[in-house]
Amino acid sequence: MGLKPTPYGTAIPFEEKELKFVGKNPTERPDAIEKVTGRARYAADYSLPGQLFGKVLRSPHAHANILSIDTSAAEALPGVKAVVTMDDFPDLEVEIAAAGELMVNFRDVTRNVMAREKVLYDGHPLAAVAATSNAIAKRALKLIKVEYEVLPHVIDVVEAMQPDAPILHEDQFTKGVDPKPEKPSNIATRIESKLGNSEEGFKKADVIIERHFNTKAAHQGYIEPHACVANYTEGGYAEVWTSTQGHFVFRSQIAKILKMDLAKITVTPAELGGGFGGKNTVYLEPLAIVLSKKSRHPVKMVMTRDEVFRATGPTSGTNTKVKIGATKDGKITGAQAELNYQSGAFAGSSLSMAAVTVFTRYDIENILVIGHDVTCNRPKVAAYRAPGAPMIAFGVESVIDELAEKLEIDPIEFRLTNAAKEGTQTHFGPKLGPIGFVETLEAAKASEHMKMPLGPNQGRGIATGFWFTIGNETSSTLNIAEDGTASFVYGTVDVAGGSRAVFTQIVAEELGIPLESIRVVQSNTTSLGFNFTTAGSRGTAAGSMAAVKASRDAVARMCDIAAKIWDVDIDEVAWEDGHARPAGANVGDFDPLSVADLAKKAAYYGGTIAGHAELNVVGGGPGFGTHIIDVEVDKGTGAVKVLRYSVIQDAGKAVFPDYVKAQFHGGAVQGIGMALNEEYIYDENGIMENPGFLDYRMPVASDVPNIDTIIVEVPNPNHPYGVRGIGEVPIIPPLAAIANAIHDATGIRLQDHPMSPPKVLKAMSEL
Amino acid sequence: MRYEAPTSVEAATELLAGGKPEARVLAGGTDILVQMHMDAIAPELLVDIKNISEMRQIESLDDGYRFGAAVTGVELMDHANFCRTWPGVMDGVKLIGSLQVRGRATVAGNVCNASPAADSVPALIAAGAIATIAGPNGRRDIPVEDIGTGPGKTSLENGEILVSFFLAKARPSSGGAYQRFTPRTEMDIAIVGVGIDLTLGDDGVCTHARVALGAVAEKALLVEEAAATLIGTKVDEQALDNLAAAASAACRPIDDKRGTKEYRIEVAGVLARRVAAIALSRAKSAREK
Amino acid sequence: MSKHHITTTINGDEVDFLCETSQTLLDVLRDELHLTGTKEGCATGDCGACSVSLDGVLVCSCLVLGVETGGKKIETIEGMADGDELHPLQRKFVEHVALQCGICTPGLLVAARSLLAKNPDPTEEEVRFGLAGNLCRCTGYQNIVNAVLDAAAEMRGA
Repeated sequence: MGLKPTPYGTAIPFEEKELKFVGKNPTERPDAIEKVTGRARYAADYSLPGQLFGKVLRSPHAHANILSIDTSAAEALPGVKAVVTMDDFPDLEVEIAAAGELMVNFRDVTRNVMAREKVLYDGHPLAAVAATSNAIAKRALKLIKVEYEVLPHVIDVVEAMQPDAPILHEDQFTKGVDPKPEKPSNIATRIESKLGNSEEGFKKADVIIERHFNTKAAHQGYIEPHACVANYTEGGYAEVWTSTQGHFVFRSQIAKILKMDLAKITVTPAELGGGFGGKNTVYLEPLAIVLSKKSRHPVKMVMTRDEVFRATGPTSGTNTKVKIGATKDGKITGAQAELNYQSGAFAGSSLSMAAVTVFTRYDIENILVIGHDVTCNRPKVAAYRAPGAPMIAFGVESVIDELAEKLEIDPIEFRLTNAAKEGTQTHFGPKLGPIGFVETLEAAKASEHMKMPLGPNQGRGIATGFWFTIGNETSSTLNIAEDGTASFVYGTVDVAGGSRAVFTQIVAEELGIPLESIRVVQSNTTSLGFNFTTAGSRGTAAGSMAAVKASRDAVARMCDIAAKIWDVDIDEVAWEDGHARPAGANVGDFDPLSVADLAKKAAYYGGTIAGHAELNVVGGGPGFGTHIIDVEVDKGTGAVKVLRYSVIQDAGKAVFPDYVKAQFHGGAVQGIGMALNEEYIYDENGIMENPGFLDYRMPVASDVPNIDTIIVEVPNPNHPYGVRGIGEVPIIPPLAAIANAIHDATGIRLQDHPMSPPKVLKAMSEL
Repeated sequence: MRYEAPTSVEAATELLAGGKPEARVLAGGTDILVQMHMDAIAPELLVDIKNISEMRQIESLDDGYRFGAAVTGVELMDHANFCRTWPGVMDGVKLIGSLQVRGRATVAGNVCNASPAADSVPALIAAGAIATIAGPNGRRDIPVEDIGTGPGKTSLENGEILVSFFLAKARPSSGGAYQRFTPRTEMDIAIVGVGIDLTLGDDGVCTHARVALGAVAEKALLVEEAAATLIGTKVDEQALDNLAAAASAACRPIDDKRGTKEYRIEVAGVLARRVAAIALSRAKSAREK
Repeated sequence: MSKHHITTTINGDEVDFLCETSQTLLDVLRDELHLTGTKEGCATGDCGACSVSLDGVLVCSCLVLGVETGGKKIETIEGMADGDELHPLQRKFVEHVALQCGICTPGLLVAARSLLAKNPDPTEEEVRFGLAGNLCRCTGYQNIVNAVLDAAAEMRGA
């Protein structure tokens, strides 16, 4: 989650009030018209005069020593203006930093951007070329001669953990083990956290169920490939237009990798064509800058889809164990989980995040969670929407379902009996504040969906999910123009297209001016202070906190101007409905002053009106959701058809309700895709076999039904409008919900993801 | 890379025969453009056949239908009479790629790309489609099942080109169908494909049948043993059980990223039953007309 | 190697361009003509983000060579609105929150227009199958389907 908890953070408390804009669907969405007309500019749409085209040479091996790289023939090809390899990048020491929900180590980041001693996965970059056309750049790549010494490789997480497995990093000794191991290991880190005594808890149980689960790596699947345009100026400045969820974090990473001063780098986030956590880390940007520096031309780089699959993302493949015990009357007495998570070529998976979500939907006194972060010859994993949580929820919610069945208790009732609520002690430290989990379960129980009859070969499944809302650095500026219109400059990248509408609503609500009077603008890295990446469901929650702060700052300034105009004390001015009004003994003495009135006079009374927020936001409200799914299983082929789906989730406060529902739809469908078909497939040489949309099999429109939604609103006390993050929770329950529904339809319990037709058919035949 | 768009079959075969070995026929382009993008092929000459009028025709003849090698999937889908006459063939054509892909893709390309999983191929084989091939030594007609010989390989000789397909007038009381199994409902590659055509006698007994399987061997298979399970029966449960067993027995699949051997074998039988049932109902409704 | 000189009509305007044989229509639109509304998601015909209409037929522009388009009529997202007047599909996409990140939106709109030209009164299932060539990762498709159905109703005058 990036930062250490700080006592200096900002949380603006929730205030119940009548709302004019927040909670109502705006008719205007600032980003929408540009998007439907094709005029929105994504990174690959940018071009600079004189620009070259950059391409990357990638490893064809899963694991190999690099013996030599000869670029001379490529450099000699007419049209080639620059070639770079590891020699063009400084080596970096170990240094850990936050990059979204996952942490990065700069020693590894630079090696992932450009391989140094070894290539560690199929697709690992080794060299890059800038040429006057894409075709020439591609021809040049073929002229680069690389000598490899191919090494044994390891793809599977369990195999990678074995003592005799091929080792990726000879200098990696398992952390979290005492004493420090003497032999290097692919297990980068072991973590353990506990509450009470789980073994004692199991002694009180009447039924104990223990199951093992496996999940395959899945990609974020954004439709926009990574792309950037970079320009290194004669003055030694770097300008980059790129596809990013966090331009300030990209700037930090570029500065480290290229050993540049931060102030010499300007990163402009282009319209983002989907990220879902996968665009929190640099891939192309440092290469493009160095190619630009070497060639003295701007350089544009766009990945192919094949490169996106082979070298970016995905989420961890996992191997997990879940053991839960409960009494006859349905009270969980103890729970254990072991999480073995692939991190890919370099340490640092979503393990630590996943580990704290394992049982954090239930009030359990005795918990033990053990986890391993495991390197293997795959692309370095990136965050993917609630990173790590869907995979362990698959295990936990499957076992919960099996327990409920064994105990002959309705699965929703079983969860209600054990549901976490305000005051529940988590196994990772804090007690939960006010949350809406019980409310989602109650709403699910009462939903129309639960009343729908099921036909033959059909089944219903329930599962739940929990995710954090992070805060972190958030800066914004509200500028009131001379005519009283406002521009709000924000720095939390609008990753899904909803932020601009939401910020407009919040500023309108705070200032009391119409939506049409507000323009919302995404900053580059020079026009605002640092903003952390849009990750951890923070976009609306933290971004709107900064909008509130900046608005209130501007309102205070406007009240001050009014006080000066009226020559009264500032306490005698109130802000109401877009106007400064006399509020003390002076009520009735003066006409209210509108924003436009005040803006016109601002210069004389001290200067332009603006409001600022430079916050470290804290107090994010965790989100909980319950999903219901109906499936039909084809007994002949094992195909699973999703018939009906409901998402019930606590949004705290839905600022833009239709958009909240749209996030529920999208998250659920990503989860359905992951559950049924999506997976990374490798051949025996460790080469990815399905690096394209055809064989990666993301859901198409005809694969999924309508998704019903119920928004529950239990306000977050630490947000002025009660907002909770909502983007990530919806992808957590689907795997388990589908597994539970398949069980209800067929009697089989699947523990291997994806739950593809061959597996379903085989399991049915073994019943 | 050279691009030529000849206007006659002869000119096309001349370019292909006289050209370099890297010459490729460009019909819809939906396979070769992908192969070029992935650097799987690097042809030196593309021979675009879309300007050859003979290859653009869909002709209703006295003895059947003939359609050219450059006719797209969408053009067939928009041809109401062809669709009515050959629903089984169209079952296959409608599954090639997406609507966008079918806007360019041709049946001839689907056949000559020689993927064992091509959706139109089992449907064409079941329908008894004949392909006309032109080459330096003139023209010849061969059944579609004799074109593909293995993944990406055909029996066409250097300089030869597929000109058109001929579908002989359907027998009365006959019906055809094709289905495939894919994990996604659309935009997917068959794990198993089954095409069946059958003809009923006046007494409802099957007098003629052809069964073709896709994606279960190195090429699409015409399975006579499977057809034999239907002929002489009323396509009842027993016959369908026998058909399923024969279809499964004919499979010689591989394990690959898209499916396992055992899964393909089992599902071939399951699908064969379902496809036979559709073909049967189409044959019955043909008889009623 | 000399380039091909091609003359086409794009969104009603006669347009000339030069291209190499290997350049796809998508490459030409984006790199040569700077019509960047048409997006590249995969370049292999599997995502539909580059959908355009070619002589009235919906195609992936990544699966057409520039050199094949001489004398043809091409319609892209840039030609969909009539001046200030959005096409009903564009308007309904906005109203129904049928787009999030928006990268698939141009392709979906072009595909949806083609769908409604052939079938002005589609069922929900027909819309879902009709748009199956267009991947969207954000929306889960539901709002897109609703927007298309609503636009269809409006365009029929229903």
